Amino acid sequence: MAEGDWHLTRKGANLKTRAALLEAIRRFFNLRGYLEVETPIRIPSPAPEYHIDAVPSGDWFLQTSPELCMKRLLAAGYDRIFQIARCFREGERGGLHLPEFTILEWYEAGGDYTSMMKTCEDLILFIADALSLGRTISYRDLAIDITPPWPRITVREAFASHAPVSLAEALAASSFDEILTVHVEPHLGLDRPVFLTDYPAEMASLAKLHPRDPTVAQRCELYLAGMEMANAFTELTDEEEQRRRFAREEARRRRAGKKPYPSPEAFLACLPSMPEAGGIALGVDRLVMIVTGAARIDDVVAFTPERL
Amino acid sequence: MYTASDLRKGLRIKLEGDPHIIVDFNFVKPGKGQALYRCKLKNMLTGAQFDRTFRSVDVFEPADLQEKKMQFLYREEDKYCFMDNETFEQVYLTEDQVGDMKNFLVENLETEVLLFENRPLGVSLPNAVDLYVKVAEPWAKGDTVAGKTKPVTLETGYVIQVPPFIEAGEKIRVDTRTGEYLTRVKD
Repeated sequence: MAEGDWHLTRKGANLKTRAALLEAIRRFFNLRGYLEVETPIRIPSPAPEYHIDAVPSGDWFLQTSPELCMKRLLAAGYDRIFQIARCFREGERGGLHLPEFTILEWYEAGGDYTSMMKTCEDLILFIADALSLGRTISYRDLAIDITPPWPRITVREAFASHAPVSLAEALAASSFDEILTVHVEPHLGLDRPVFLTDYPAEMASLAKLHPRDPTVAQRCELYLAGMEMANAFTELTDEEEQRRRFAREEARRRRAGKKPYPSPEAFLACLPSMPEAGGIALGVDRLVMIVTGAARIDDVVAFTPERL
Repeated sequence: MYTASDLRKGLRIKLEGDPHIIVDFNFVKPGKGQALYRCKLKNMLTGAQFDRTFRSVDVFEPADLQEKKMQFLYREEDKYCFMDNETFEQVYLTEDQVGDMKNFLVENLETEVLLFENRPLGVSLPNAVDLYVKVAEPWAKGDTVAGKTKPVTLETGYVIQVPPFIEAGEKIRVDTRTGEYLTRVKD
């Protein structure tokens, strides 16, 4: 018997589930009247974010997310849009990271980060029905009850409950990310999905600040099984504020010796006409991991960079 | 010099003057946060193990180790014996020093023994090693469902997932870096 490429063949069940999940995502948004859009993968100027490095492609870059182009569509009157996009981030490879991965991103004019949480619940319940998973998702040794509404916990509360230091102490010691990943994330979304909300303002360069507490942003992350699944914002629509934040991030990038990005002028220019909106980006590969029980992101894509 | 992006399981680096081996490695990164490189390290001199998280700006010196071509001869209880084929000098490593490589060590395998100031501390293997399957459930004909796997036991005692058509007595090629099945080998 010809052996073929067994490492590809053995992923068959997961790849079929992946296809069914993608189909369910499209059906969900089509039923709700969202327009599926496609924006260019290769772009002249990514959003400057200090911790996200774009892969250069000639003089341009491969997108790290479709955010800027989708917001330009939003500003042009496309009120409810979604996209399933290949995105690229340099140097990101691990059990939950591929340098080329798939993001589902959607925007709702008139929405904010709380309405995005609701749509996110609806989407995952719809997918669970489409895949006949019921209301309890078994992921490895976990049984996650997805009956809505899902609990919400602020970043400050999560540090108080799970971390050895407070949020303020972690920020002062520049160890926010380390404390979050080592001490906080492993507790999130183990028996129910959870939204981690209200991130420190400086960690959301494209989100509106909280009206009652300007030290935090209207940003939340969905966690399932300790895994970060989706990031939502109430989108910033103030052009001047956005310019200041991009300048700050770009200055940090340059100080660290990173490749400079040209300013995304066309995006900045669209902000005055952009409606108040909520937006969210969900990691499709990780969601496939959850519904297939895969331990590594490698198990839910046909090819990893190492096997090309 | 190594940068954080070179870190991986099995890499040997110098830390506080001592050679250390990375025994477990994970890249973690909050979507909008910084890349973190979580390592479980073992001090190759003392055997002490500990966790350490590195950041992308960190750089590392390679561990000061000499590599010497040696052949694996035999195992006696928890001692593994290697011989230099030119000088016939023999050295011993403990099971702990051999680590995961014990899963792939078969007699006469060409290896590189690692020395620190002439003390043997560890062993490097080729990236791929061919091993006999000692125990395997027979292949149920008709069980041709694509992508099925089954566990088999290799001559070293290592249990590995392979395609269902692999039978006892066959030889397979194994990736010593990941411990995964690569392909069937014809003798």
